Amino acid sequence: MNTTTNNDKNMRLVFGVLFLLGLVAPFVVYPTFLMKILCFGLFASAFNLLLGFVGLLSFGHAAFLGAAGYVCGLLVRDSGLSPELGILGGTLAAGFLGWVFGKLAIRRSGIYFAMITLALAQMVFFIVQQAPMTGGEDGLQGVPRGNLFGFIDLDDNMSMYYLVYAIFCAGFFVIYRTIHSPFGQILKAIRENQPRAISLGYDVDKFKLFAFVISAALSGLAGATKTLVFQLASLSDVHWHMSGEVVLMTLLGGLGTIFGPLVGAATIVTLQNELADKVGSWVTVIMGVIFVLCVLVFRRGIVGEIQALIRRSGIN
Amino acid sequence: MKQKKLAAAIALMTAIPFAAQAQVSNNVVKVGVLTDMSGTYSDLSGQGAVVATKMAIDDFIANEKPNFKIEMVQADHQNKADIASNKAREWFERDGVDVATELVTTSVALAVMKVAKEKDRIALVNGTASATITNKECNDVTIHYTYDTYALANGTASALTKQGGKTWFFLTADYAFGKSLESEAAKVVTANGGKVLGSVNHPFPGTDFSSFLLKAQQSGAQVVGLANAGSDTTNAIKQAAEFGITPKQTLAGLLMFITDVHSLGLKATQGMYLTTGFYWDRNDDTRAWSRRFFEKQRKMPTMVQAGQYSSVYNYLKAVKAVNSDDTKKVMDYMKKTPINDFFAKNGRIQANGRMIHDMYLAQVKKPEEAKYPWDYYTIKATIPADQAFTPLKESTCALVKK
Repeated sequence: MNTTTNNDKNMRLVFGVLFLLGLVAPFVVYPTFLMKILCFGLFASAFNLLLGFVGLLSFGHAAFLGAAGYVCGLLVRDSGLSPELGILGGTLAAGFLGWVFGKLAIRRSGIYFAMITLALAQMVFFIVQQAPMTGGEDGLQGVPRGNLFGFIDLDDNMSMYYLVYAIFCAGFFVIYRTIHSPFGQILKAIRENQPRAISLGYDVDKFKLFAFVISAALSGLAGATKTLVFQLASLSDVHWHMSGEVVLMTLLGGLGTIFGPLVGAATIVTLQNELADKVGSWVTVIMGVIFVLCVLVFRRGIVGEIQALIRRSGIN
Repeated sequence: MKQKKLAAAIALMTAIPFAAQAQVSNNVVKVGVLTDMSGTYSDLSGQGAVVATKMAIDDFIANEKPNFKIEMVQADHQNKADIASNKAREWFERDGVDVATELVTTSVALAVMKVAKEKDRIALVNGTASATITNKECNDVTIHYTYDTYALANGTASALTKQGGKTWFFLTADYAFGKSLESEAAKVVTANGGKVLGSVNHPFPGTDFSSFLLKAQQSGAQVVGLANAGSDTTNAIKQAAEFGITPKQTLAGLLMFITDVHSLGLKATQGMYLTTGFYWDRNDDTRAWSRRFFEKQRKMPTMVQAGQYSSVYNYLKAVKAVNSDDTKKVMDYMKKTPINDFFAKNGRIQANGRMIHDMYLAQVKKPEEAKYPWDYYTIKATIPADQAFTPLKESTCALVKK
């Protein structure tokens, strides 16, 4: 009991420090870059909710990120809605899409589950590529950031940053609460031993579906926000590469840890951004090497390894 | 009257202090090369475009002895619009970059153009083919320099149709770009008295073209137009040779570069027609420049790389001439100054940002005709600038006064 309260205290301290860091970060680091990290951090965290805590490997999460991005972009640019409504619309669309995907995919498990989600995501990719209003391979360009609630000008990078930060914190809180609720406990039970969860009388499919919808909606939240940040949605957001990238982010950061996906996303985004100037064509090779190293040497991911280290030293 | 004079005097007085000092911000002009260093387009632009930019800067410093410094930064956009947009923002906002250039891939070019407009900096587009840049999506801080889909499709289709290739069949990549390439070429074919017998869409990106090529064969068309790009084009050409389509039917590449011919070899590409904005072996000037490029890059330049050099050099000339890196002043100067160098003779930048210059219709040589390495093309015709590009009055760009 004593250790758990200590843990809780430590956790709260970590959260507090990180929260403050996030508040002052844009004065030190370039804000647009930070916003990108936050968007991908939220995306990876949402993905981790499914893979790390329910044990479902979805290979179609790009569809939620991308579809929400396009929906938000179209709502804001073509229908002239305000940014907060655009984000809401995108999130709802992704949630609905998640419900459809989930309904079909959770009937199977393991590789079949992954393949079904991939197939469905490819359909979304095809629709986005062919539909007349998405701009095809040119992407949905020139989405205005607009005014939040009608009076906060988001063209200012700082106000945009704090909006993204607020969205990220809210999303992250939802994930944290989901994991640490009775509902989350059941999800973990399903991950560890599905037949046992069934024999205890839980409607496993319903729990899985609900987790899937939450994960999809939060991915959509990240995608819709990203569209506003960059003022564009492009095919690379719905491409299966993106589904792979989020797996890499989560594994690299630490599967099934709270902060792992955020760290993983920050690492990958920083690499993509920094290496772009310095090593040129070696970016893809370096990313590949990192993935191999991650799988072979530190399988728990960055945060997972650090946690294991703390635990070991704590015992000694 | 008196008041007017007074006002003019005051205006003059306030203007003088600014005119007297150099107006290049921080006395540095920063050129940002944003290109594909690792993906599909790295061969036609990529490292070669960076080398060309460095050459342009070095040559400019040596020839013109400017009183400002010139720096270059480079980045790999990995063909992703969000990475490009992020990088361009960072460059413009934080690093004081004055011009973002190269920008292959349409989504990248469109994204960076918009950031440039917002931050009041210049975008010099070279690698991207899409004609939307100077039509629907145009803005006043962008110059589309080397070529576009209209110039390529128009050049190849009209020349071939005039030479007797009256019946056409299109092999089209199933996305917006492929379709626009096809429709532009088809228009020209029918306008010149030719006939389009049919077309088939192939998935993008494609690897197996057999069923599509068989349709092209069955159509009996004299010319098979390839309305696709990159690896789709090279795969289709390879397989067309295997199916015996060539040399019975003529292949026309609507978007091809000398690096594609180089990697496929003359055996597979012989007899093909294509349009290019630059060929290294065209005259003494082009040869001299290209040999210098070759020494650094070990490859002959594509039109994109040559255009990259020319666009950066002429941008720097404009900065020197107006003694400022102010976007509007530089753009105004560039739009009214003709371009004359090894790349373009009497090139002009139109109101919509389209740089127009002569284009060349080339036929790929037979293997036995090639006398030395990179001896690939015979220039069949020169397409004059005013016919090569979309007539200004047909441009849908809002900047064009009608």
